[in-house]
Amino acid sequence: MKYIDEFQNPELARRLLDDIHATVTRPWALMEVCGGQTHTIIRHGIDQLLPDAVELIHGPGCPVCVTPLELIDKALEIASRPEVIFCSFGDMLRVPGTGRDLFRVRGEGGDVRVVYSPLDALRIARENPDREVVFFGIGFETTAPPNAMTVHQARRLGIRNFSLLVSHVRVPPAIEAIMQSPDCRVQAFLAAGHVCSVMGTGEYPALAERYRVPVVVTGFEPLDILEGVRRTVLQLERGEHRVENAYPRAVRPEGNPTALAMLEDVFEVTDRAWRGIGVIPASGWRLSPRYREYDAEHRFAVTGIKTREPAACRSGEVLQGLLKPNECEAFGTTCTPRNPLGATMVSSEGACAAYYLYRRLEPATAPPATLESLEASPVA
Amino acid sequence: MPESTQLRTPDLTAWSCPVPLRDHPRVVMGHGGGGTLSAELVQHVFAPAFGGEALAQLGDSAAVSVGGARLAFSTDSFVVRPLFFPGGSIGDLAVNGTVNDLAMSGARAAYLSSAFILEEGVEVEVVARVAEAMGAAARTAGVEVATGDTKVVESGHGDGIFITTSGIGLIPAGVDLRPQRVRPGDVVIVSGEIGLHGVAIMSVREGLEFGVEIESDCAALGGLVESMLAVTPDLHVLRDPTRGGLAASLNEIAAASGTGVVIQERTVPVPAAVANACAILGLDPLYVANEGKLVAFVPREHADAVLDAMRAHPLGAAAAVIGEAVEAHPGMVVARTALGGTRVVDLPLGEQLPRIC
Repeated sequence: MKYIDEFQNPELARRLLDDIHATVTRPWALMEVCGGQTHTIIRHGIDQLLPDAVELIHGPGCPVCVTPLELIDKALEIASRPEVIFCSFGDMLRVPGTGRDLFRVRGEGGDVRVVYSPLDALRIARENPDREVVFFGIGFETTAPPNAMTVHQARRLGIRNFSLLVSHVRVPPAIEAIMQSPDCRVQAFLAAGHVCSVMGTGEYPALAERYRVPVVVTGFEPLDILEGVRRTVLQLERGEHRVENAYPRAVRPEGNPTALAMLEDVFEVTDRAWRGIGVIPASGWRLSPRYREYDAEHRFAVTGIKTREPAACRSGEVLQGLLKPNECEAFGTTCTPRNPLGATMVSSEGACAAYYLYRRLEPATAPPATLESLEASPVA
Repeated sequence: MPESTQLRTPDLTAWSCPVPLRDHPRVVMGHGGGGTLSAELVQHVFAPAFGGEALAQLGDSAAVSVGGARLAFSTDSFVVRPLFFPGGSIGDLAVNGTVNDLAMSGARAAYLSSAFILEEGVEVEVVARVAEAMGAAARTAGVEVATGDTKVVESGHGDGIFITTSGIGLIPAGVDLRPQRVRPGDVVIVSGEIGLHGVAIMSVREGLEFGVEIESDCAALGGLVESMLAVTPDLHVLRDPTRGGLAASLNEIAAASGTGVVIQERTVPVPAAVANACAILGLDPLYVANEGKLVAFVPREHADAVLDAMRAHPLGAAAAVIGEAVEAHPGMVVARTALGGTRVVDLPLGEQLPRIC
């Protein structure tokens, strides 16, 4: 596939890896912000191929994992109502709320549908004028513009039986929260390319300067990741802390003006609770007062639902890079994708699920594999 | 949600996760996905209730002895939506699915039964088209539909047409296809490109456009299996990787045989259209359903000859060696990635879910 195969080429990957190995002289800790990047790293075994000195810390960039339990419970409550058709991206159906997930709601008779675009939910609303259609609008800056556009369209077309359950979050404030943590070990960031394709790169120079960390905007294919790592360690080795764009085929410095205008029109910045981190000021979006009538939380009067989570898992530490998934005592034993203790084990982009799926052969204390050891391994 | 005006240091001690979902008190879609939930339903509900030695084999078909003859016996239900899709229909699936389950025991299907559950309101013309497709598929597969039944449920209590087919066929002498026969060193061969059926269904069901029309690979594999057994009756196990895809079949074989399985990811034939569709949706082609493919574990000394025989057959033209059975990591399937890393290929839980971003 044009622009996919080229970025998975083993020969080019080998060259980039050689370059990284030749560049690194001391240990560095890099955080890849986005869950999609985590997935690529683990699925292709990239972390096994990097020098031992380069540690990748998996960041909080999985929209499924950071959606607060309270909001999942609100979704379950709304989806259970007979008048509602509840539409969601597939990932969210398996995330456990308090004792239930959306699959179970569907099994109990709730009309829960997987859609591939919020516009599909709007179409369902037009086709079912006697039902209330709710779309679960979660995610980062990447998914926020289409959700905003859908609400905008709903109002323009006069579709009143549609609403949005919003839990949008923004990356830069989360980076700020991570850097301000006294336990922070992160020395550089691979910024999420898709987020920057919307927002541009303008929010990052101040962060790079304030915390003296390189920020390299990085894509999602294996070669993108390796190029992001290569540029990051080069900066670290030179003592630099600049913002670089290693994903120019998708990211312009100014971002996507049309999408930004849509966000400006429909949403307003708000404090948001992040699962595993807590409330981060100005880290999310909610519908602006102009569009409040499309806010499902208000329409279905679920703003009062408050959830207290029983202490169980350590995904908060995982989400902040303080703990590797396989260093958690529950990993792979009492916590598996079948019986997840936390959202990081549920989503295919969650760091724990990625480790469980692809990395269980590795003891937590094992040194990272090298090209030589892999070639000599029995699976060669 | 509490409002806050200054940045909070993350409070890890206050952070926790929801109570896990240990059991589903009601059936969820994942129970029919061919993964872990399906297996648990069989193990905890059906197998204890039914008992019986033949069922304990837990294969796609059971090998049973009747009057001295060794028969393969299989049944399968078909609930596909839409009824007609690029490359086939529910009628083709209903015949080929059961024919293939029998073929995985080495048997040539002889007779099928066909039970229809029709929803009130379905056009008779649609039923007729499905029946014609079944007849044509049966003739192609060389099997006779010998008995059947029809029931009608009220409007809203079905999905148009549900079909259940059962089948029997003779297992040739000297053929014993079971995962327990797999040995370390066995070569793993797949008969062609994977993922076509699942992507074809998804494209029409969800209205997704992938740039080219992808057709289901729905086909009867009896002839291909015969050509393989003609090389040697000593194949160890065959599976048709339908629900749950190649990953589910390999995991079932690894678990039942107690060996490990290693596949080289870059040798698995994935057509560009399937790879692209999966890239867009965040799915893994290894977990996508097939309806006209098989995966074989073949003793190493016969692998080249079996591969040649497969490639000489129209349904095996793109057959490829994708890996081997190993002593290491028993019960587990491991993929060697194109870049040289490794990953575990797990049994899917229920259904694969498209990713958010």
